[in-house]
Amino acid sequence: MKRAFPILAILTAVLLSYALHGALISAPTEQTMGDVQRIFYYHVPSAWTAFLLFFINFIASIQYLVRPHRRADRAVKWIAIAVSIVACLAAVGVAIRPVSYGVQPSAVAITGFAITGIYFVIRAYFSEEGTDALALVAAEVGVVFCTVVLVTGPIWARPVWGIWWAPADIRLTSTLVMWLIYVSYLMLRRFSSSSQTARLAAALAVFGAADIPLVYFSIWFFRTQHPQPVIGGGGSIDARMLQVLLINFLAFLSLAGLVCWSRYRLEVLERQLHQAQAFESLEGPRNSL
Amino acid sequence: MNPYLCAAYVATWIIHITYLGILARRYSRLQREIEQLRPPHPKPTP
Repeated sequence: MKRAFPILAILTAVLLSYALHGALISAPTEQTMGDVQRIFYYHVPSAWTAFLLFFINFIASIQYLVRPHRRADRAVKWIAIAVSIVACLAAVGVAIRPVSYGVQPSAVAITGFAITGIYFVIRAYFSEEGTDALALVAAEVGVVFCTVVLVTGPIWARPVWGIWWAPADIRLTSTLVMWLIYVSYLMLRRFSSSSQTARLAAALAVFGAADIPLVYFSIWFFRTQHPQPVIGGGGSIDARMLQVLLINFLAFLSLAGLVCWSRYRLEVLERQLHQAQAFESLEGPRNSL
Repeated sequence: MNPYLCAAYVATWIIHITYLGILARRYSRLQREIEQLRPPHPKPTP
């Protein structure tokens, strides 16, 4: 495992450089927006990565809450299996056809498989303490990527829409609310000294995750200034642009994985240190007796 | 290069590098605390 980290770091650096070259040079220039459209290659993959990390936080929080209760744990396991069956049906295009909102079976299948895969990996490889640490790490790194989305979005909007921010736009507002929910989650984790902090934070994360589908589907359900999705929602995109977009997504995903790995190790070390300090403070008075 | 494009890319990397810097600082502080917690080595007897 110690060797895997530098290898992943080198791979990420190479991928990010290649993705940057693709975004700035290789990708064709969009006809109406011009060069400013290239913000798309950082804005959209950052949003997808943030969504994925918030999903990991949601699943880890649920797992942390239900793990001590056998019945609830079993119920969640069956829900995960049901989600994977829906994903399988969607993958073969039997159960879910493209509906009026433009959601394609491929998008349903990918989301379903991702949710189930993340759930079973967390269930199999993470302890109760590890699940809690993973939820915290995913939320923290997710907030970083969501910040990138909220900063690059207005920079792109200014030359294209003529305004930095549209307060009445539900996609923009719900994204800001989602960011605020996860910032409050991190504040709770940082400043609460209660023994129930982890449980309270997990409950907040479960309720906070309700905003994720609202953000994602808001462009189908409401009239917004934000453009419609170019993939997974019935839109179209130039093949070379799509290739650059996916390379950038892979690069950001790799960066997120690397950062999560480092942050997880840091979190585990911090918890071990706090335990050691607590033991030492207990042993100190005993030694003096 | 378009100034908005440049601003968006620079802002993205500033955010990521700042976060990595915060992690590196926390890691070095943690290392210091671990060193402080370790018991001092006993003096070698002559």
